Amino acid sequence: MLTIIVTGLLFLMFGKPLLQSLDVFLIQPLTNDNGLAELGVKAAPLILIGVGIALASRANIWNIGAEGQYIVGAICGGGLALAMPNTPALVLYPMMLVAGVLGGMAYGGIVALLRVQFNANEILTSLMLNYVAQLLLIYLVSGPWRDPKGFGFPQTAIFSPNAAAPVLVEGTRLHLGVVFALVVAVIGWLVLSHTILGFQLRVQGSAPRAARFAGFSDKKLVWLAMLVSGGLAGLAGLFEVSGPIGQLTTTISPGYGYTAIIVAFLGRLHPLGVVLAGLLLALSYLGGESAQIELALPSAVTGIFQGVLLFFLLACDALILYRIRGADVGRFAGLKARFVSPKVAPL
Amino acid sequence: MIVLLTNIMLSVIVTSTPLLLAATGELVVEKAGVLNLGVEGMMLVGAICGFAVALKTGSPTIGVLGGMIGGALFSLLFSVLALSFLAAQVPAGLVLTIFGSGLSALIGAAYVGISIERLPHLAIPGLSDIPIIGPILFGEDILVYISFVAVVGVSLVLRYTHVGLVLRAVGDSADAGHALGYDVIGIRYLATLFGGAMAGLAGAYMSLAYNTSWSENMTAGRGWIALALVVFSTWRPFWLIAGAYLFGSIMYMSFFLQGFGIAIPSQFVSALPYIATVVVLVIISSNKARIRMSAPACLGKPFHATS
Repeated sequence: MLTIIVTGLLFLMFGKPLLQSLDVFLIQPLTNDNGLAELGVKAAPLILIGVGIALASRANIWNIGAEGQYIVGAICGGGLALAMPNTPALVLYPMMLVAGVLGGMAYGGIVALLRVQFNANEILTSLMLNYVAQLLLIYLVSGPWRDPKGFGFPQTAIFSPNAAAPVLVEGTRLHLGVVFALVVAVIGWLVLSHTILGFQLRVQGSAPRAARFAGFSDKKLVWLAMLVSGGLAGLAGLFEVSGPIGQLTTTISPGYGYTAIIVAFLGRLHPLGVVLAGLLLALSYLGGESAQIELALPSAVTGIFQGVLLFFLLACDALILYRIRGADVGRFAGLKARFVSPKVAPL
Repeated sequence: MIVLLTNIMLSVIVTSTPLLLAATGELVVEKAGVLNLGVEGMMLVGAICGFAVALKTGSPTIGVLGGMIGGALFSLLFSVLALSFLAAQVPAGLVLTIFGSGLSALIGAAYVGISIERLPHLAIPGLSDIPIIGPILFGEDILVYISFVAVVGVSLVLRYTHVGLVLRAVGDSADAGHALGYDVIGIRYLATLFGGAMAGLAGAYMSLAYNTSWSENMTAGRGWIALALVVFSTWRPFWLIAGAYLFGSIMYMSFFLQGFGIAIPSQFVSALPYIATVVVLVIISSNKARIRMSAPACLGKPFHATS
């Protein structure tokens, strides 16, 4: 709610009528023709990546590199699609899926390796690798993989129909990735709440000392967290290029890897919460697009909305915690004032 | 040859200065026990604020002040979240970066494609005209000198003054600082504010001296590199100079190589600074004991006075 109010105020500051803007931003995208399908298409990568980040963050492992893993996944799967366009879909597409996952895992694995072997901070290394992946993508699509018939645009040939993500509902862009996203969220939830592994992740995050005493291998958990979140990001990248985009270009991600961090936190690092959060932020992308078209606002509106949202989420989180704790402190302070001699400084 | 060398030196200095400014600010923040990952966002906000103010007032120097104030005010957002509301510092810093890049892009949309006058170079008659040494030592813009003064100042303050001692105490043991009667949160607020102002300066340098125009996400990861520099320096101010100039040289080298048309795809060359950051981080961090010894003990831990 607060987010909506502030975003609304921002619209006002840019001289747009408040209600109309909010209507365009938040409501119209859903009432459009196949708006819901588009919402699913936008939410799928966010949910896939978000679940991975949520699992890793539970163990206090900060994977900021999902953007890079997404790109590498797309490159690996997309490369396969370009290399053998005539392979039957039933063979080719599963291979692409595997390639996408493996690509993302490998890229996330670099971060895990550097963290485990060399103690390098995973926030910084994974972020730096994002830039490297983006540059690699630009190199490939403007160099060796460029479509010779593409009028010199930095993009590859359009994938053959065999390499396209199966569409679920005719006439929309709703593709297989949406199903995968939901399945992954459920699996993520089951793993986190019903397996030893999930327990280890949670203990590692909330009480690292206890995890050490219990003999949980923190190295193993770092590897696991980075491989899983990297693989999921790679999968998301593959679905995006084989589904809605259909080729590799320099702009295959509108910042999904970063937005998914917000999704993970908004979803309270809970895989099922991530689904809801993913849908909400997918709406912000759609809203951003329609705001751009109808109100001539820059696409950065989406970023603003997301930032404000996360800001209030963290603030409200703290307020909730703070009030509980504040009440406790108040009660004990009251007791102390009554029973403890005032000369003893309360420490 | 001499002209070429001088030009290379000058370009390296211009490339390194924003890194040095931002890293110096972040070093102080981290010394106070706060890990603010929002440097990139604060730099972007500083860049657009600086640019807008310079354009409105017609004076790049006032623009620099604008950038500084913009960065400092923006860092308050982090302080409110992480210090007052006790949110975890890592996500709070990420908010700042995500929000900052969005906000700066939104404000900056109106300024894309406009070019303005560069921050003036110092010109001391006689001295600035000496070949090589003249332009390098006496012909820089004011922020280059400020970046060095800031490093020396920060180093002296941290090491020799009461303020520095308190700041380090708060970063190494917030509880002890609190027990001694210092206002931990207040001190951390001030440190973060300083970090924001320095990041804002660095951003303003990007839009007023490195470039003389604004473009979306123009800092291109420099805020993150500044964060890595602080680790590189193992929290010692003077090492920041070495780090910033090392990275500045690598960044400049990538432009330089492209200019020479060497037969490497330009993307590989552009990736060099990022790869170098990873490599340097790995080398520095692999000595676990040293990192543990030199990092402020309370880095990244929220503090809440319980009594």
